[in-house]
Amino acid sequence: MSQVILRGSALQKHYPIKGGVFRHTVGQVRAVDGVDIELRAGETLGLVGESGCGKSTLGRLLMCLERPTGGQLEILGQDALKLDGKALRRLRRDVQIVFQDPYTSLNPRRTVGDIVAEPFRIHRDVVPRGGVRRRVQDLLDQVGLNPEHINRFPHQFSGGQRQRIGIARGIALNPKVLICDEPVSALDVSVQAQVVNLMRQLQRDLGLAYVFIAHDLAVVRHISDRVAVMYLGKIVEQGDEAAIYDRPTHPYTQALLSAVPTPDPQARDDQDQIVLTGDVPSPADPPAGCRFHTRCWLAQERCSQAEPELSLRSDGVGQHASACHFAAVRSPDQTSAA
Amino acid sequence: MTEIKHSARGGVPLDPAAPLLVVEDLQVEFRLREGVARAINGVSFELAAGQTLAILGESGSGKSVTAQAIMGILDSPPGFVTGGRVLYRGVDLLQLPERERRKVRGAQIAMIFQDALSALNPVFPVGWQIAEMLRVHRGLNRSDAQDQAIRLMERVKIPAARQRARDYPHQFSGGMRQRVMIAMSIALDPVVLIADEPTTALDVTVQAQIMRLLQDLQDEFQMGLILITHDLGVVADVADRIVVMYAGGLVEEADVVDLYAHPAHPYSRGLLDSIPRLDQKGSDLPAIGGLPPNLLHLPAGCAFHPRCPLAQDVCRSGAPPARVELGPGRAAACHFVDQTLTAGRPA
Repeated sequence: MSQVILRGSALQKHYPIKGGVFRHTVGQVRAVDGVDIELRAGETLGLVGESGCGKSTLGRLLMCLERPTGGQLEILGQDALKLDGKALRRLRRDVQIVFQDPYTSLNPRRTVGDIVAEPFRIHRDVVPRGGVRRRVQDLLDQVGLNPEHINRFPHQFSGGQRQRIGIARGIALNPKVLICDEPVSALDVSVQAQVVNLMRQLQRDLGLAYVFIAHDLAVVRHISDRVAVMYLGKIVEQGDEAAIYDRPTHPYTQALLSAVPTPDPQARDDQDQIVLTGDVPSPADPPAGCRFHTRCWLAQERCSQAEPELSLRSDGVGQHASACHFAAVRSPDQTSAA
Repeated sequence: MTEIKHSARGGVPLDPAAPLLVVEDLQVEFRLREGVARAINGVSFELAAGQTLAILGESGSGKSVTAQAIMGILDSPPGFVTGGRVLYRGVDLLQLPERERRKVRGAQIAMIFQDALSALNPVFPVGWQIAEMLRVHRGLNRSDAQDQAIRLMERVKIPAARQRARDYPHQFSGGMRQRVMIAMSIALDPVVLIADEPTTALDVTVQAQIMRLLQDLQDEFQMGLILITHDLGVVADVADRIVVMYAGGLVEEADVVDLYAHPAHPYSRGLLDSIPRLDQKGSDLPAIGGLPPNLLHLPAGCAFHPRCPLAQDVCRSGAPPARVELGPGRAAACHFVDQTLTAGRPA
């Protein structure tokens, strides 16, 4: 098994809610509330969950864009939270990010060449100054763009091409980890497949590890080795891709997977869909006990009192981590929703 | 819901025996500074009562513009309907004067938009906005309209409807906002409901709730539903019939089961192939190469030919046959329908 290059323990990010005349802190939004996470070299960890579950915040914590309010973060053996200034900047070289929206994450007034070369202006010792243009052209070529378009502006590219520009910028410094925050969500189906293929190609060529944050469960399954499911700031289930998709033991994961419509009209009637009622509760005031108990059809009194641990629980075939008092595979013949 | 009631309400002489909604050879262009973009080039389809028709396509394929043209809410200028007919119970909506058209819009053909937050007015309570429909179209007084609005909110399962009617759009979650939109759209018992990407902005668990609500309402009122989407999963789940659009043209029309089992157009096939499937784990997805064309500069011949694996000279030189009939209600716009149909899809 490859070496662990990124490890977060009990990571926490609470945002203060200010109110009143004197802008007192009147509450906390618990965006990420105690997450343990590990990423090994060269693997892809899928991070799924509904909007507001904290998956993007967790992504930002992992690359030190935000400082956690609690917990530890170790990147390549170093305590990332103790670093600042130069040392932090050096560390950031190894952890880069690709954003969701290729329309707002590229500066419209800079050329593609400037955008992709920006990392080299910050980390000046990576490429000698005279070699930057050459390197940018290589990067464009590597992500499937025409290197001659180096002087064009973002608006001259389509959504899929812009995402390729974002990826080129993300891999410019040869990072070991790329945090991908919904990298294909804004793209059309036919273009989405191209970008997913490109990311897999780059992973093979460069040995990158991905944290792949997305809400499209089929895409996550396709690209991920391991998957973590988040709900209201916590990981509720985590394991190998096959364990999560074929043998989910947490009711939330089961509901999430069953809600994804299967692209097969003939399977319409045999789909055993769990339709959750209500919305996700506010992360400013999460339910006591298990955070899912307000929407869970299995909830008992115990669930509103004791918070279940994320620990290894049997899934019929083996074991994987699940945070439910009543963790169990729903039915033996239940197969994938992807 | 008799037709006589509708015609009395709308003041338009409707033919109850005519099909519910027929779109014939619709043409729309956008006259822009950069040139003329042909957003829709001859789209035709039919919708029956109680039926769900999905219009499937990527951004820029013209699916939303089709809906706007049917509703008569195309931004004009720059958009102009330059040809075709939209027959609602035998009446061509495109020929109606705006006054008459307005009576049909909302009362008989209603629409739900993707982004409920921007479709709702931020400065009025949602109950007021639903009630406004009833005051304007039905002439109800303020308190009757408000009561009716609350009943509608209950019907779309908004909890504590009476209190929430006083809330403003921003105080609702995305799913609840979409329910408010749906309550508004069914306020006047429409016969046709057009839903433009109704769940695209929502999470999957909420998407499942909203799609189920739409289906329940459709069963209850036998509405014809036009579902505009790019989501192949949602389509497989709810649609009866499908039209696939590409670059403003209709490339394939089929029953939902036929389309997924045997796509006849290379584009439909490419779309279906690019969905990640279990057995492709660890291999590349069969993506459609290239990019959708710019509507200002559509390629000569078939608009799909630069991305098509089957393209021959004949595709580059001339337009493909508009409709190769493949059976009842089944057609595709391609020279090589047979090859696409027979080429086995990895099951």
